[in-house]
Formats: sequence, structure tokens, C-alpha cells
Amino acid sequence: MACAIEQPRFTCALGSCQSVVAIKKGVPILHSGPGCGVQVERIIGQGEGYAGGSTMPCTNAEEADVVFGGEKKLRNVIENSFKVIDGDLYVVITGCTAAITGDDVAAVVGEFQEDDKPIVYVEEGGFKSNNYVSHSRLVKAIIDQYVDKFNEDREVTNGLVNVFANIPYQDPFWNGNLEQLKRILEGIGLKVNILFGNESEGVSEWKSIPQAQFNLFVGAWAGLDIVKHLKRKYGTPYLHFPYTPIGAKETSKFLREVGEFAGLDPAKVEAYVDREEKKFYTHIDKMASFMLEFRYGIPRRFYTLADSSYALGFSKFFLNELGIIPGIQFIVDDIPEKYQQQVLDEFANISDLQRREVQVVFDPDAGLDQKKLVEDAKDYEDKRLLILGSSWDKHIADELHADLLIISVPVQHRLVMNCGYLGYEGGLRAIEDIYDRVLATYR
Amino acid sequence: MSTINIKEPSVVIREKRLGTINAFTGTASEIVSRSAKGELKDCKRKFSQCLGCNQQQAFCQLAMIRDAVVINHAPIGCAGEFADFNFTYRVEQSRRQLPPALGRYYSTNIAEKDTVFGAAKKLEETIRLAYEREHPNAIFITTSCASGIIGEDIEAVADAATEELGIPVVTCNCEGFRSKIWTTGFDAAYHSVLRGIVQPSEEKSNKINIINFWGSHVFDDVIRRFGYEPRYVIPFSTVEELRHISDAVATIHICPSLSTYMGAGLSQLHGVPEVLVPPAYGVAGTDRWLRALGTILGKEDVAEEIIKEGHEKYVPEIDKLKERFKGKKAYVTAGAAHGQALITLLSELGMDVVGAAVFHHDPVYDSGDDKLDILGQAVKNYKDVPDYRVCNKQACELVNALNRIKPDLILARHGGMTLWGAKFGIPSLLIGDEQFGIGYRGALNYARRIDDTLDSIEFIKNYSKHASNPYTKWWFEQDPGYFQGDGSGRGCQTAGNGGF
Repeated sequence: MACAIEQPRFTCALGSCQSVVAIKKGVPILHSGPGCGVQVERIIGQGEGYAGGSTMPCTNAEEADVVFGGEKKLRNVIENSFKVIDGDLYVVITGCTAAITGDDVAAVVGEFQEDDKPIVYVEEGGFKSNNYVSHSRLVKAIIDQYVDKFNEDREVTNGLVNVFANIPYQDPFWNGNLEQLKRILEGIGLKVNILFGNESEGVSEWKSIPQAQFNLFVGAWAGLDIVKHLKRKYGTPYLHFPYTPIGAKETSKFLREVGEFAGLDPAKVEAYVDREEKKFYTHIDKMASFMLEFRYGIPRRFYTLADSSYALGFSKFFLNELGIIPGIQFIVDDIPEKYQQQVLDEFANISDLQRREVQVVFDPDAGLDQKKLVEDAKDYEDKRLLILGSSWDKHIADELHADLLIISVPVQHRLVMNCGYLGYEGGLRAIEDIYDRVLATYR
Repeated sequence: MSTINIKEPSVVIREKRLGTINAFTGTASEIVSRSAKGELKDCKRKFSQCLGCNQQQAFCQLAMIRDAVVINHAPIGCAGEFADFNFTYRVEQSRRQLPPALGRYYSTNIAEKDTVFGAAKKLEETIRLAYEREHPNAIFITTSCASGIIGEDIEAVADAATEELGIPVVTCNCEGFRSKIWTTGFDAAYHSVLRGIVQPSEEKSNKINIINFWGSHVFDDVIRRFGYEPRYVIPFSTVEELRHISDAVATIHICPSLSTYMGAGLSQLHGVPEVLVPPAYGVAGTDRWLRALGTILGKEDVAEEIIKEGHEKYVPEIDKLKERFKGKKAYVTAGAAHGQALITLLSELGMDVVGAAVFHHDPVYDSGDDKLDILGQAVKNYKDVPDYRVCNKQACELVNALNRIKPDLILARHGGMTLWGAKFGIPSLLIGDEQFGIGYRGALNYARRIDDTLDSIEFIKNYSKHASNPYTKWWFEQDPGYFQGDGSGRGCQTAGNGGF
């Protein structure tokens, strides 16, 4: 785990409360200090959702709880959460205070589980990990403590896939991306448990997780634990696609891999891919003249300060579909060492036509990353630069007169509703958003 | 009166210093009289929702000192606020025509092993790293639940760093669990500045301190008319400016919930008198405030001039708008003193303030003087508020109360609360800038915004038809104060405000 961090772009283990908010009628219950929910919402929140933010139940630990323990308080808050908040699934997540004082959360929650209440717990503590890691623990807890109850006999439903991808709220476009994922996977003939967000059926969908024919994990590393766990638990095979597919080239590759893994009829998959590619490239064709003939400067080189899934996904997309060359890629998700090589390998193969050296820096201390970026940009004063980053990067983007597309939290300079950059439509949306920002700079 | 002791590294928490509470159900006049008699008792809740914490309030005061760095000695989650305050910092820079700059904030990123083997070394390294990167003129260290429970001697680390780097490295003890009253965090920040930065002054300047957040500079003209210079403290000060705030002629409070400790500290330690009168909200309130300031500065004639001009310039239009507000029921939800100021303002604009959900209640301020009691004066000068509750920012209590009262307008001051007005189809207004409503001009500002809000009902009414509601039918059948006290359903209305 990293040392000091300037300009954080993720939060602590408690951030997984937002994954609960992302489940329809999911209710997080924090057993933590008073400010924790607010802190999480401030960096990755973007709106309360159903029962997040100020609605989220919390024990608000005070000095007495730290000294004498907070189990009684937790019991009261859980009992009354059921009465006050109308939820389908309640998840208790513990913060630093409870973790250090050692409250027996399993015992307290266990009382309610014995009463068959839809409740699970995850023992965290903010210091235990960041939210990239804790998201997996949360999902595993829901599966082990709740979903599993409904699956004494596992019957496989052919063509059913559980999808695990970018982390809700940590990825500001999680909802739009999941909508796109579901759309294209259904397009090739699968039945999809998307689990989070608008397109999910909510908790009932979770209950059918053990019945899936296979699990799909789309992303570099954060969430891989979930599908591995499901393989151990239910023997469900999984496919790992190691980045966010953006645009036609990568999305088609993605769908073909999924189709093959699922044993779908290749002709059907190809028919769908073909239809989607035609649509996509009609638009590219239409705007190629702009990209090639616009006389007043559009970005030629880009930097990324984002997580590994996006850095890879956007790099492949920019290089191959827009002709923008990758500069240094700053990966700020505190990716564990054991996953770094795989990311580097993907970057090494970014082009089908030539060997490209993409410089990759793994460092969540984005304050330092920014200094390196500004230094590097001095060598490219002749080029218009694009930065893929977060609201933290507005300052250097302004200083460098670079274009900034915000794709990472914290997001304060744009509003995200159903925007997603994943897939065919996501790729088109990315193109619109980039050139919207570029063209808006002209008088 | 509380004694400000800057020899101690930590501020005494508000519940001990001022007897602050965060649960009450009753009328405004009742809480005023019970405060005066020292008869308020706090009570616990059997259900609670996410609050803010001390650290966030401390950070907001320290984060915009223009040449200081803040180090949050905590796991990374406690740094969630960094980006938020950086955004505010930068918005307000451009309003002040300052060059763009990033807020310089660091997290020591406490990890599990640090809770076992100690995190002091990490803090030392972060201090050095921050110093090398920024060369700040001061470094503040805000603490967290985790660092507090580990219990290392952070004071010693700060002292050693002060010596090593030659700049003040000051601790700010603001662990979330330390105080149930999040505004203790303001006090913690002021305590740090008073003990680590402010120096005694040999001579008085012609400056008047205005202890504020980052609001608009509405005091400039008025203070200059009296022949003095305004000095807005703490956000946007420099370390050097803060060193000399002890040389002021007086201290002005825009919100005593915020500044009670700083006002009393500067008064007790450096002899800077406080302007002890409720902040200038509403026409009559502004009259009173100007007269009090005139008296302290020995310039009563100037005060009368400004009052005359203000009345001529603003009151006719305010009166016109007041006509339109007649008979309208208003509800207020906000932090303590600011909520009370809004009650004053709405009352003066002719609205009927039927209820308020205020986050905490300070029965007395650090000065010990009841002249700053905004609610006391509001109750005396206007009508009583029949449903006055201290809700500790519990959204469920607000939602329940709104469902019963169904006011015509909600005036709110914090996120997560305003939303609920809209969900019920009630026009709701959130004003972020505390100074927006100050003075005669401020009263007119508010009147206009309220008029706009009452007019713009199409969106609210449409949205309310589609808004989600996570609260159960059962909850709406209980009293809003149900969880205050023993959960018997009686709230805090009986049993001397609290069963615990």
C-alpha cells in the first residue's frame, strides 16, 4: 500500500457502501465514526441515490463507544433501520472505530440473520484497504451470507452470465457502462445479471448468481477476486477481459471472446458485431473529414491519470480509432504489484502494426504524477495535449492549455447521468465529449 | 464563560465547554428559557443516520490558508473532503481575483499495519515530503479516529518538525469520535491557530476581524465607513496575516456557532473585544448590529448615517416583496446559529416560521454573554417557533416533520436536507454564502430569492410526482422526535428532554 497521497482519487474500504447504494433498494448501515459516510459521498458520491448520503443509517461512534464498545448501539440501529428504511438488502459495514475496538459485529448481525432478515455484514475499517479492494469483499459477503441461502441445489441456467465490471461510483460512468454492457451482451444472445444500477432487477437478480453458466469480469484487477471466489464456491467458470472496451475495435474483440467462451453460435455473434460496427463506422466515416481536415488544432497526444481499466481502454481506443498518441499513463488505483505486469503487457500490445513504448507509471500519489506530467509536457510544446483525468487535473490542464476530459473521480466539473464510454455507443459518446471540449475552446 | 487554554494541545469539546446538545423537541421559546436556566439535557438516539464529523469542520477552516499545507493523519477515506474543499477554494479564488492555485492537502494513508506498528514515522515522512513539494509557511496536522485510537504522540512529531523545518507545524486534534458535536471541529482549528500561529501584538491596527467561512466581502464598505479595515479570517488569510490577528480593534461574528471559540480566544488572550450582538440579519437586526458596532468603536453617528441610508435605499423594495409573503408558512433547517439567523430573517420578511430542524444547540457561547443569543432575540422580537427541534442533521426527523407541517417554503443550509423539500413538492432554497443575507442589502437579496423560489414551482411539482422515498409508512406514523430519548415514541417532549 502506498505511502503519503496528495490528491486522492479513491476512498477507503468504507467506500463499498456506495456499491450497496448501487443495488436497487440496497441499504448500507455504517458502524463507524460520524463523518465517514459524508467523506465517501464527497469524493465518489454524486447524488444520494436511494438510501445513501444523509439517509444512510450510521452508528456515529463517539468516545464512549470506542472505550466500552458499540455493539448495543449497532443492534439498536440495525433493528430500527428495518423499521424506518424500506430496503430489500441491508449491509453493515464497519469503520476504523469498530475495527480497532473489536466489536463482535458477526454476532450482532447474526441475530438478525437467524431471524431470516435480509442482512449481511463486512468487517472493514477504513485502514484495511481502499475501495477498489473492499468492493470485492462486499460482493463476496452478499453472496456468502445472503445469496447462498437460496441455492441449496445449484441448477445451471444456460446462457446466463453474471457481470462484474467497474466499481459503482468509483467509476463515475458505472451506470451508463453497465447499461451498455447489458445491451451488447444481450445483443449476442446472453441472459445478463448486471447486478448494479438501473438495468438490474435488484436483489432478485442476485439470488440467481449461482445459476449462471459463467461469470464475466471486465476490468484490470479490482473485482477479479469475486469471480475467482465464485469458481471456488459454485464451480462457475469465468472469463476475464482485462480492461474497459471502448469503441468498435475493442468491443468487437470483447464480444467475440465472450461468445467463444460461452459457446454461442459464432455466426450469430458475427451478425451482431457486424451490425454494430457498421453503425459505428458510419459515424466515424462522417466525421473523418473533421479529424483530418480541421485546421486549428486538435489533440495529438494524451496523458491519463486514471485507474488501470480506463487507462488501457482509452489508450487502445485513442490510438486505434482517433489517432491520438499515448503519452505517460499514470495509473492511480494503487494496483497491487502482482497485477502490474499484465497491464504492462496489454500496453505493449496496444498496436497491431508496430511496437509502441507506452510509458506507464503506477503511483496513487497523483500530486507527484502531476509534477512528472508537467515536466514531460515541456518536450511537446508543439502539440495540443489532452488529459484524461479528474477534477484535480483542471489546474494543470489550464496551465498547459491542454484539453481535459474528466473520466475519474473526483468529478466536479461535469455532471454524469447515464453517460457511459463502454462499448460501441460509449465510444461515439467519448468522441463527442472530447471534441465538444476541444471546439468549445475556440472563440 | 469558558476559559481558553492554549497550553493544552486539544480543545475542550463543546458538550463540556458549552453544554451543547443535539436533541430537543419543543418550541423555540422553551429551548431559550431552558438554556438560560441551564436545564437542557441531551439524549441519545436509538436510530441514527450519517453525520458530519469534527475533522471536516476543522479542515474547512484550515484548508484555505493560502500558504499552508494540511496533512490529514488518517486512512485515505478521511481525505474524501480534499477535492470538495479544493473546488470551493478555487471558485472563491476567482471571486477574489486571486491567481489559480491548488489546495495542498496530503493524507498519510494509514494502513492496517500502521495501526499495529505505529504511524508516527509515516507522519514524519509526509511532513518532510509536503515541505519539499510546497515549501509552505505552516503545516497543520488534522487527526482522525484511527490515529486517535492508535494513540501516538503526534505532538512530539509536530514539535520536532517545527524545529527541523523552521516553520510552525501544528496539530489539530479533531478525531471524529471525540465530540458528538461536529462544530467542535471549528473550535479545534481555531485552537490550533491560536496556539500555533497567532502572536501577541504590541500595537493595535485599524483592522476588524470577521470570523467567517469564505463568504462574500459584504462588510468592506460598512467597516471602511467607520474608518477601519475589514480582515476576513481564516479562509484566504496567509500565515503572516494570521500571526497578527491579535492586533484587531474588534471581532465580528457572522455565525457564533462557527466563531464562538475564536472570538473568545482573541478576547481572553489578546484583549480583542467581540461585537456581542446577533449578526446583522433583517432590517431591524441590521439596525441593532450597526448601533452595537458604533458603540464599540465610539462612532454612533456613523452608525446612524448608515442606518438612514440603508433604510432609504433598500427598505421600500423589501416592503413591496413582504406583501407577497404574507401568510406563507416557512420551515428552516440549518446549523445552529445560522438557522436561528434565518428564522430572524424570514420572520422579518413577514413569513410565518412554523418549524425548524436545527442541527445542534449551544445554550451559551464562550463569551458567556447572552447578548449573542440569536434565538432568544428572535423569540422576543417576533413570533415563537412552535415546532423547534434540534435534529442533529437526522434527515428522517426532518422528513417526518415536513410531512406533517407541509410548509410553503423550506430554507436550508446543508446538502442532503434541501432535497427533501423538493421531494414533497415544497419550494426549497439553499444559499451557500452565509454573507448573502447580511445587512439591508442581504435582506433584499433573500426576499428576491424567496420570491423566485416561490414562483418556480413547475419543476418541484413535477419532480415530486416521481421522487423516490426510502422511508416506511411506519416511520411517517411516528412522532418526528420518536428516536430522541428512549424510543418510547414520546420524543423529548416529556421526561425533562431526554430519558437517558
